[in-house]
Amino acid sequence: MSKSEQRDKNKRFCQCSISLLLFLGGLLTCGSAISANLEIPIALLGQEEAEHIPLSLLQPVIDNSGEAGAEQGISDNNTTGRFTGQSFEFTALKIKPEESVAQVFSKLHAQGTRLFLVNLPAEKLLELADMPQAKDSLLFNIGARDDELRTRSCRSNLLHTIPSRAMLADALAQYLAWKRWNEWFLVVGRHPKDKAFAEAIKRAAKRFGHKIVKEKAWTFEPGARRTDSGHTREQQEVNAFTQVGDYDILIVADEEDEFGEFLSYRTYLPRPVGGTQGLSPAAWSAVHEQWGATQFQRRFREKQGRWMTDRDYSAWLAVRTIGEAATRTASNQADKLKQYILSPEFNLAAFKGRPVTYRDWNGQLRQPLLITSPNIMISVSPQQGFLHQHSTLDTLGYDRPESSCNTLNSD
Amino acid sequence: MKSLSSANRSRRFFWVYSLSCLLFTMASGSAQAYTVYVSSEKDNNITVIDGESLKVLHTVPVGERPRGIALSKDGKTLYVCTSDADHIEALDIETLKVTHTLPSGPDPELLTLGPKGKFLYVANEDDNMVTVVDTETRQKVTEIQVGVEPEGMGISPDGKWLVNTSETTNMAHFINLETLEVEGNVLVDQRPRVAQFSKDGKQVWVSSEIGGTVSVIDMASRKIIKKIKFKIPGMHKEVIQPVGIRISDDGKMAFVALGPAARVAVIDTASLEVEKYLLVGQRVWNLAFSPDEKRMFTTNGVSNDVSVIDVDRLKVKKSIQVGRLPWGVVVRP
Repeated sequence: MSKSEQRDKNKRFCQCSISLLLFLGGLLTCGSAISANLEIPIALLGQEEAEHIPLSLLQPVIDNSGEAGAEQGISDNNTTGRFTGQSFEFTALKIKPEESVAQVFSKLHAQGTRLFLVNLPAEKLLELADMPQAKDSLLFNIGARDDELRTRSCRSNLLHTIPSRAMLADALAQYLAWKRWNEWFLVVGRHPKDKAFAEAIKRAAKRFGHKIVKEKAWTFEPGARRTDSGHTREQQEVNAFTQVGDYDILIVADEEDEFGEFLSYRTYLPRPVGGTQGLSPAAWSAVHEQWGATQFQRRFREKQGRWMTDRDYSAWLAVRTIGEAATRTASNQADKLKQYILSPEFNLAAFKGRPVTYRDWNGQLRQPLLITSPNIMISVSPQQGFLHQHSTLDTLGYDRPESSCNTLNSD
Repeated sequence: MKSLSSANRSRRFFWVYSLSCLLFTMASGSAQAYTVYVSSEKDNNITVIDGESLKVLHTVPVGERPRGIALSKDGKTLYVCTSDADHIEALDIETLKVTHTLPSGPDPELLTLGPKGKFLYVANEDDNMVTVVDTETRQKVTEIQVGVEPEGMGISPDGKWLVNTSETTNMAHFINLETLEVEGNVLVDQRPRVAQFSKDGKQVWVSSEIGGTVSVIDMASRKIIKKIKFKIPGMHKEVIQPVGIRISDDGKMAFVALGPAARVAVIDTASLEVEKYLLVGQRVWNLAFSPDEKRMFTTNGVSNDVSVIDVDRLKVKKSIQVGRLPWGVVVRP
């Protein structure tokens, strides 16, 4: 076949595809005329973890964080699917310690799944994204907050719906800038995650004109979570630990929920506590009720008997992203969906008062973040006055020039 | 068809100006008296405003979280969706007392009255249903399954079609009011809030709050003729969020409330182009014409007021302080 013939053939193929798309688009608008059914399998990969007992007795022990949110997304997608002739199927798998992530992934891939929600630590997430079979798949990170994944270790088949630590820290720092609570006392836990959160806090402090006047590591052994007379000890410990110079707010980095809850009302000086506990930045929270969130929360709570977590919301976002892209493109192909998701046409309503979209340089979903207290919403960032040439949402987290990722849409 | 070109507008302005001077001298008693009712989501009340003097006459307490409101055909009852009370309250216009309640399903937000005034159609966001309520027997008649989070409701002037929008499914559902079946669905942009028919019934306009567009749908073909987009200098497109829509009786002008953009867009229905943006209060959601269509009232949620637009001159002439978080507005001749 000569080159020109090949070109003609390609052209014909394109024309066919376009008319097919138009035809499908036409079908969408007729609704009841739809009979063809497009099946769209989605899988969630997590791992078995030791049960986490929250410090607060009020907080439930949750073993399906993420999965429950995905289920709500699947149910929403299928309601739409009734009208568009698409059906979304969902599988959730928890990988056992002795199992290999790659094997479980390969099995699902061989069964035809190309769309994955991943609730795994960063290194396992990257292991999956780099597998040869994953080339024709699309992965949504709903668990790993690592900034590294958004600045250096990006992958063309990987999107992130969970906010990065930098986004959370920036959201809090903007609110504290509005409050002019500029002098921070930083208390950091013993885990690498806590140190990573503290790094994000330091970066945010610099960006928004704050000063960390004192930093201390929390070194007390956590011990059992449920105790009798525990308060006597914590009262003494925190009072002594916080005898430092003056500051405006104590910022705590305790992602594992080991001690942060102990700090409020026990500091030596009468100062508020924020960070991973107290005044906390979050993608989602039980205290959020604006922009139609009430109905969304109620639907979830009726089904699950608990409030929605950040991870549930991130899973819901991933499933709804797939649903929205599948509706608009009438496709279940990962590459077609990805192309649409990263295009300017894509936007998603997510109970945040403005559309959420994806950053095309690192695959991070941009979204407003909530500034919450345990019982009520305090604010929503970005704060007024923090401007940006493209989207004020890009004042949260690593912006395009700060990230060395720019390859997302190139292959 | 007269367009809104500037030449026409100034000509019109001249006539309107002379006419209004004349009307003014003819004394106020002869003017059409009408009343404006505004629900305030936060203050749990209905503000009653005199349409002529633009003075607040009464503030009437109702149930928890009043949002959508509608007037009965005989003008004697105001139906109020008291969302957190999980029912609809019927407010007697004469006594300004709640006389009875209607069942609605949980968390009713928006309602519309059928052409004969017998049936109320209520959007229930919690269970993806449109509930049909008989206002005479005060019973729930049936429920129609629609998309996720039903919201906007528009009834065609001939009473044959109800167009309901679903906020998470992003569709306008065409419900045949004889069979109560969904007979068609049109995909629109994100979070459709309001469906509004043109007076001739040939078009239905659907606003997409998060998508930032208004889809003009042709009823005959059920196709989108045009997606109207909005552009305000110096304002990011994310804050331009269309919600309320009103089309004038002569079919020439349409008004669209743009939410946090604090503007009402004026659209020429012939060209489907935006002619002008009027600055109103903050987070403007719902709109209502006066009976003579010389004025328009807007509910501005964040600034807790109602803006009054002079429709002939296309100017905002006044804002009236009402209860906190004003939501719905209706005008009673």
